[in-house]
Amino acid sequence: MFEALSERFDGIFARLRTRGRLTDAMIAEALAEVRDALLEADVNFTVAAAVVARVAERCRESELSKSLTPAQQVVKVVNEELVRVLGGETLHIRYAATPPTVVLLVGLQGSGKTTAAAKLARWFKQQGRNPLLVGADLQRPAAVEQLRVLASQAGVGMFSDPVDPVATAAKGLDEARRLGRDVLIVDTAGRLTIDEDLMDEVARIESVLSPQYTFLVVDAMTGQDAVATAEAFNAAVGINGVILTKLDGDARGGAALSVKEVVGCPVAFASTGERLADFDSFYPDRMASRILGMGDVLSLIESAQREIDHDVAESTVAKLRRGQFDLDDFLQQMQQIKKMGPLSGIIGLLPGVPKEIKNAKIDDKDLARVEAIIRSMTPAERRDPVIVDGSRRLRIANGSGNAPGDVSNLLRQFREAQQMMLKQLGVGGSKAGGNKAASAKGSKSKKRKGGRVTPRSSKNLARNTSDTGRSMDGFGDLEQLAKQERLGAGAGWPTPGWRSKP
Amino acid sequence: MVPLIVTLAVVVVALSLTAALLIARGRARRGTLSSGDQPTPRPAESPPTPPGAAPRPTESAPEPPIATPRPLATQEGQAEPPRLRDRLGAARKMFAAYATSVLARGSISSETWAELEEALIRADVGLKTARKLLADLRDQVTSGAVTTPADLMAALETLMGDTLRRVSGDSSLAFEPDTTNVWLFVGVNGVGKTTTIGKIAAREMASGRHVVVAAGDTFRAAAIDQLELWAKRAGAGFVRGLPGGDPSAVIFDAVQHAGARGSNLVLADTAGRLHTKANLMEELKKVRRVAERPPGKVTEVLLVVDATTGQNGLAQAREFTSAIGVTGVVLTKLDGTAKGGIVVAIQEELGIPVKLVGLGEGQADLVEFDPEAFVTAMLH
Repeated sequence: MFEALSERFDGIFARLRTRGRLTDAMIAEALAEVRDALLEADVNFTVAAAVVARVAERCRESELSKSLTPAQQVVKVVNEELVRVLGGETLHIRYAATPPTVVLLVGLQGSGKTTAAAKLARWFKQQGRNPLLVGADLQRPAAVEQLRVLASQAGVGMFSDPVDPVATAAKGLDEARRLGRDVLIVDTAGRLTIDEDLMDEVARIESVLSPQYTFLVVDAMTGQDAVATAEAFNAAVGINGVILTKLDGDARGGAALSVKEVVGCPVAFASTGERLADFDSFYPDRMASRILGMGDVLSLIESAQREIDHDVAESTVAKLRRGQFDLDDFLQQMQQIKKMGPLSGIIGLLPGVPKEIKNAKIDDKDLARVEAIIRSMTPAERRDPVIVDGSRRLRIANGSGNAPGDVSNLLRQFREAQQMMLKQLGVGGSKAGGNKAASAKGSKSKKRKGGRVTPRSSKNLARNTSDTGRSMDGFGDLEQLAKQERLGAGAGWPTPGWRSKP
Repeated sequence: MVPLIVTLAVVVVALSLTAALLIARGRARRGTLSSGDQPTPRPAESPPTPPGAAPRPTESAPEPPIATPRPLATQEGQAEPPRLRDRLGAARKMFAAYATSVLARGSISSETWAELEEALIRADVGLKTARKLLADLRDQVTSGAVTTPADLMAALETLMGDTLRRVSGDSSLAFEPDTTNVWLFVGVNGVGKTTTIGKIAAREMASGRHVVVAAGDTFRAAAIDQLELWAKRAGAGFVRGLPGGDPSAVIFDAVQHAGARGSNLVLADTAGRLHTKANLMEELKKVRRVAERPPGKVTEVLLVVDATTGQNGLAQAREFTSAIGVTGVVLTKLDGTAKGGIVVAIQEELGIPVKLVGLGEGQADLVEFDPEAFVTAMLH
């Protein structure tokens, strides 16, 4: 979602870096562009102005560090400021001493409260809790029914009483106590902040429940109004967290930044898909590094841990390094990756992927076609695609419902990719120095060390490349990158193209 | 076919994942990981229900426990439709502050321009469209046509009004008398498609058209029930399928049903979908194709946009248009504090007219878009 923002920053910073010395005018110009980028990402006007003002202030104050060029200095300040605005700790739920821990969800119509309530219930259940859902949205037709269906999908109890929202909430609390549930999640009707009656109603619900957590549910696609909404709800019921929904689209999510800045409460959870499982705690630092074009490696790793078979992955690495990666392995790899969701989503999480790939419309159907072609090959052909001649090609094409040209294309591309991978791993390729040395050591845990990321000269940074092969060198640096992320995104600079030090 | 990029990407991902795993292994030994996702696949591709066999769910549950919308603004649909200007008034104070501030200056200064830009951006008009509007105004100032702040405000109002009227002058919905018209409602999740259909059903029934409502949102839990309540309230016909079923099948049934009964208007609901999901956009294309089968004819494809939507609204409009050809925008929830300026950008960049405006939860709270009122409400 934040890709476009990070792309803009890349452009702005790249231009800064090409200049040796920076004048105040240059900095001002760059900052004006930063402001525009923020506004285009739906960051609230006031917030964008405040961020830029702080950056300007710090640029003026800060002593030029010896190790940094002025341009790097500006970049660093902008990064730190963004991380600060978005940042802070991930919210850790503190459970009430006397259960149940009450969670109240409020928000505008259509922000996704009901779905978020069910997802949250599922999340609590996974944490080993025993939640009860309360449907206090008696306004929207069939909202209670929707919650009931979702609750049963999540395997969570649900309570509602079609009389009055405030009474329902109160009864729900009694019910949770009676049943010994330790978490109570109350879904409320969507309401506009200017509707005094309804705002009063939600305030009464709040006072009846005295919840530990009142979460404002915010649509990631919200524009400038996000701040007004957050302020109004905060005034009425006191918000201590935000649930950001529909993050799986291409919205740039400036709303998240704005709300955090204005109301001061962090994004606690984010919802990233239509399945109940597409929901998790929000990690501000990870999101910040995503904005800053560093990719979201930690999320990727977690996803990989969930979905990928370790043994298969290990044998793949081994094969790759021996240069024996064949179409069968490729197929297997594809299967694994498919489990992690749509390809475009995964690529979005990767650092340093060239824009051409990120922006390309990747249709997962193409994967299916590739799969069909490979599956139409004999084991011998998969092991050694070189033996595919004209008649074999025709057979494969017919078998998979493609044209013979498609088959040749795939084989050619596979060959190229194979070569690239070899190069990447420093096996047999012409890749110099570090990688080779590392691979000679043979120890897996150490093999990436050669490709360490170090702060590099501004020239290298500016020469961010559209050369696919070169940019891809960076993927050897995941280990390093993950370390950096754990240290905090501010520790390393976002670098458009990760490059191994020769 | 199979662009190089895909293969490349797969390889890239494969590589990085294996690398990531090596790191992850160390961590995994320490921490435990929650596993066991239970994927509830979107039923688009493979309807989980056995074909044909299952009858419609007739568990006539004792009327769902739902109170009628609180303000009961319906009054048998005879209530006077709310006026855009009145409804907008409440939330428009902030913008007025800019107007006052601009007018307070004796002459047009750089602050004036900055303030106007800020005002437009805060209304979600967007940077690009705001600058374009202001550039036009600057020309007028340079040419000497506009000299005072008061003239400037008036000129901005005229400019925006003209811009909007050029595209959205006629807000009537296309209707061909001798066929089964299908109006398709599309949009991202939670913008108010179902509610909008409920209101339009009431409006069209009141104007004497015979309406069939098609519950094409088979994905969201209880969306069918929600729409059925609206249809009942409006007295319109209602065709439903099974939850999780194929939306195209529901629309097809509805069109056939309407044709057989001589109904001339089908309002087709669809599940909310993010415009970035290729498979769901394909599903929508299929819905449209099926709706075009005789006697059906798709005469309107209405994109429902929430007034709180920011610049992403432009991407939504673009993607939905390229997928199934949007003919108009319905701007919902304009009775809140959000100003819905994104529709100006949508018009400006894509030329899609705004047709209707949602102003509340009652049956009558849907009015035709009125460019002048919209602009006036925005600027005063």
